[in-house]
Amino acid sequence: VKRKITIIGAGTGGTLTANRLRRHYGDEAEITVVDSDDRHVYQPGLLFLPFGLTPPEDIVRSRAAQLHKEIEFRIGEVDRVDLTGDRVLLKDGSELAYDLLVVASGVSLLPEETEGLPEAMEKGNAFSFYSLDEATALRDALAGFDSGRVVINPVEMPIKCPVAPLEFCFLADWFFHERGVRDQVEITFVTPLDGAFTKPIASRELGDLLESKGIAIESEFATGQVDGEGGRLVSWDEREVPFDLLVSIPVHGGSSFIERSPGLGDELGFIKTDSHTLQSTAAKNVFAIGDATNLPTSKAGSATHFEGETLTTNIERFFDGKELEGSYDGHANCFIETGFHKALLIDFNYEVEPMPGRYPTAHAGLPLLKESRLNHMAKLAFQPFYWHALLPGRDVPGIGARMTMAGKQSVPNPQGETE
Amino acid sequence: MSTVTYAGEPVEVDAEGFLEDPAQWNEQVGEQIAAENGIDELTDRHWMVVNYMRESYLENGTAPSIRTLGKASGVPIKELYALFPKGPAKLAAKVAGIPKPRGCI
Repeated sequence: VKRKITIIGAGTGGTLTANRLRRHYGDEAEITVVDSDDRHVYQPGLLFLPFGLTPPEDIVRSRAAQLHKEIEFRIGEVDRVDLTGDRVLLKDGSELAYDLLVVASGVSLLPEETEGLPEAMEKGNAFSFYSLDEATALRDALAGFDSGRVVINPVEMPIKCPVAPLEFCFLADWFFHERGVRDQVEITFVTPLDGAFTKPIASRELGDLLESKGIAIESEFATGQVDGEGGRLVSWDEREVPFDLLVSIPVHGGSSFIERSPGLGDELGFIKTDSHTLQSTAAKNVFAIGDATNLPTSKAGSATHFEGETLTTNIERFFDGKELEGSYDGHANCFIETGFHKALLIDFNYEVEPMPGRYPTAHAGLPLLKESRLNHMAKLAFQPFYWHALLPGRDVPGIGARMTMAGKQSVPNPQGETE
Repeated sequence: MSTVTYAGEPVEVDAEGFLEDPAQWNEQVGEQIAAENGIDELTDRHWMVVNYMRESYLENGTAPSIRTLGKASGVPIKELYALFPKGPAKLAAKVAGIPKPRGCI
C-alpha cells in the first residue's frame, strides 16, 4: 500500500523533509507538497539585501525546482486541516487526503497587530526586512538616508532568527561608516528583552559589541504604538523613542489556517509540538517542523535543518508501528554578522546556552562567540550549501544534528545561574 | 536561592524573588508578593491574570508571554500594564508563584 504523505509548506523544513522521505521510500510513498506560491527565498539573504550586498533575484528560486521530480508540488491556499477526516482542505474547494501530515508552514508577519505600524509602513518611514518586498523597499530608503535617527525594533518575541535585528544594527553601523556619514546617524536598538539577547553570556558579549560600535540600546520596551506621522515609538507604559527611519520586525504568528483548525495550534497559531519527537500533540499522524512549531528553540533554518533528521526517523517509525525517538535536543547554530567583514558564531540547544570556544571541535573549528573573518567567510559560503545539500536533505559532514560540548569553554554565567 | 517567609511558611525564592517551587504557593503568598512589589490590593482583574498564569504554566511548563496574556487571559495589554506596572508578564509570574518567563533564543 502506498503511503500518502502531505506536507504543508515548501520552505526549508517542508522541502528537506519531502526530499528525505522521497529518498527513503522511493515509489512506496506518494508525497504532495502544497504552498501558496513558487518563490523559495533564501532568508539569510534578506539581511544583506537592504545594504545592497545582494540583488533580490539572487536569493529566490522556484520551490518546485528544489523538490525531487517525483514529488508533487501544488500551488494553493490551505483553508484548514480536518484532523478527524485526515485531510487538508484548500480554499479552491479541493482537498488532499493523507495518511501522514507534516506542517511546515513557517510564520506569518503581522504588522496589523501593532497600532499604527501598517500606516507608518504605508507612509514610508517604517520598514521591515523580513520579506523580499520589504527588504527591497528598505534598500531604496537606506540608499538615500545620510542623517537622522535609525531605530531597529523587534516588537515582540518570538521572531525568526532572533539575532537578525542585532546583525542589522551592526551592518547599519558599517554601512553608514563606509558612506562617510556615520557621525550624522544615530542607531538605536529598541528591544522587549532586558538586554541585547535572551541568554546571559551571549547577551553580555553582544551588549558590549553594541556599545563599542556606538549603538544605543533601549531595553524592556514593549511597543504599543507606532506613530509614523510624529516619528516615534510609544511603549505600553508610555515611554517614547523618536525615529526618522524605523526598521520594525513585526509580530509573528502561525499561518492563518492553523487558527481555523481546532486543536492544532496555540494562542499565537504555532503548532503544539512535542519538543523532542516533533509529533503534534493534537493527532498522532501529524508532525511539525521549523518555524511553524511552538518548540522552545530558535525559529531559524539551522534548528529546522537539525530537526529534519529526528522528523524523518520518527515518520518512518510511525509507519512501522514503532515507538518514536525523542532525539531532537533543541540544537541550532548561527552566524552573527557584525560588519566590517567579520562575524560571530553561536551554537546552543534547549539546555546549553551559547558559550565561547570553537565549533565543531576545539582543534579544528570556527571561533564561537568571538568576531572573526573566518566566520564571515563561512556565512557567505553557506548559500550554495543551502540549495545543494541542506534542501536536498543530504547530511553535511562535520555538522551533526545533535549538539556536542567538544570545543566549548565554560565561563561563569553573568547572572550566576546554572542552566 | 534563598528562603523567605510568606504567609507564615518558609518559601524558597531565586535571586530576583521568583518562587522556586510553584507548589509552595497559595493565595496568601500571592497577596504578600504583590504587596512587596507595590500592588496594595489584588482585584478580581488581577486574579484573572494570576490564575491564568498559573494554569498556563502548570499545563505547558512555560510562563505565557505578554502577547499570549493579552489574547488569552481576558485582560487587554493596556490594562495589564495598569494592573502590573512595568513588566506585566514578569510581575504577574512572580505573584503567581511560577518561575520567571524565559525568552527563547
